[in-house]
Amino acid sequence: MNRDLIPSLNKHFRMQWEEAQGCYVLLYPEGMVKLNESAGLILACVDGQQTVADIISDLAARFPDVEGIAIDIEEFMATASAQRWIELA
Amino acid sequence: METRPSASPPLWLLAELTYRCPLQCPYCSNPVEMAAADRELATEDWQRVLREARQLGAAQLGFSGGEPLVRQDLELLVAEARRLGFYSNLITSGVGLTHERVVGLREAGLDHIQISFQSAEDEVSALLSGSSKAFAHKLAMAEAVKSAGYPMVLNFVLHRHNIDQVDRIIQLASDLGADYVELANTQYHGWALLNRDELMPSREQLIHAEQVTNAWRQENPDGMRLYFVVPDYYEERPKPCMNGWGQMFLAVAPDGMALPCHSARGLPLQFPNVRDFDLETIWRHSDAFNAYRGYDWMQEPCRSCPEKERDFGGCRCQAFALTGDPTQADPVCTKSEQRGLIDTALAAANCHATGGTSLMYRSLQASRDILASQS
Repeated sequence: MNRDLIPSLNKHFRMQWEEAQGCYVLLYPEGMVKLNESAGLILACVDGQQTVADIISDLAARFPDVEGIAIDIEEFMATASAQRWIELA
Repeated sequence: METRPSASPPLWLLAELTYRCPLQCPYCSNPVEMAAADRELATEDWQRVLREARQLGAAQLGFSGGEPLVRQDLELLVAEARRLGFYSNLITSGVGLTHERVVGLREAGLDHIQISFQSAEDEVSALLSGSSKAFAHKLAMAEAVKSAGYPMVLNFVLHRHNIDQVDRIIQLASDLGADYVELANTQYHGWALLNRDELMPSREQLIHAEQVTNAWRQENPDGMRLYFVVPDYYEERPKPCMNGWGQMFLAVAPDGMALPCHSARGLPLQFPNVRDFDLETIWRHSDAFNAYRGYDWMQEPCRSCPEKERDFGGCRCQAFALTGDPTQADPVCTKSEQRGLIDTALAAANCHATGGTSLMYRSLQASRDILASQS
């Protein structure tokens, strides 16, 4: 993956914390995706400004004990892009 | 009233604001008894319902009807929904929508407008909706929705009289710049069940429409998303209706009746009203919402069926409408002794073609006539 790409949330989606479900969710027309903890953490960094590389270094600094975090983030970005949750530009 | 604290939160709230509608679609899923529910909730009632549902954990909100645009307080309700953190969807025919309302609803915080179409053509649309002007207006409003920045979801209800146009329907949606398109075959509840023999497509028609849809998907892998919904009569297993009774879906009808499914009004249960109880009491403790939770209510073949945790025995409304007993298996299931009811209807649809001449159109007057004939 080109780590210079800038991910941004699909403008038709909204991400928010849902107390009743204890997780972040993605909301879109008549649909909702529950995000697991790591997906929520990564997507919370997606602001349309930071590159994939920025997000990797940010999360690697916050979670130094997690091995292979860069690969996890790249894989998530690829999945999220295929699902059209994010756009990579 | 029994307490079952294990009830999961109602993630979806469907707010059916009114049964009034300028169109008369004969496939409408509203209950045929709708004229009995003529005392609509006030703005303050709906605002309270929204607050209580959000507290219970609802995140998705549909404003529906009837035609929800008939309610002049829609913008107020949208604003309250936004304040509470709902993702709000307006399910509309587009009739009653104006450029001003498209923008005003956006400013109030509406997330999405779904416009439903009868067909890709003016004449078929006029025949089915009972309005000769609706089609051109829908086109104009679809464009307005797109240019206001909403995600655009178009809904086409398919049946015998328009399913052969599915190629033109997809082309129309593509031309309008849709993001999602629902090619939803009629589900046979309410008015649609009354008109089932006039609306059910043949197996050939259905196969053709699915082929056209799949071909478009293959040619346009990055294009708009197409959702094709088959009529469940053509399935061998029932749909997991509402993901289980009282599991995640809560509908509130125009008169305040709370329902686990918007078609459930006709079931032989006492449904609670939001005028009398708060939503938490209704959701967790009412007999009606607990009636078909879990598996204890089931009869055979569901009770011992290994698939019961996947489909929950299917649709309670369909079981009741077709067999007279809401605790029976949904007769769509080929394990049901009553499957013959479905096969007979399919045989009729596949051997005679009708021209739509005996359709019963949805209207409050027709509903009143039906109620009078029942009493």
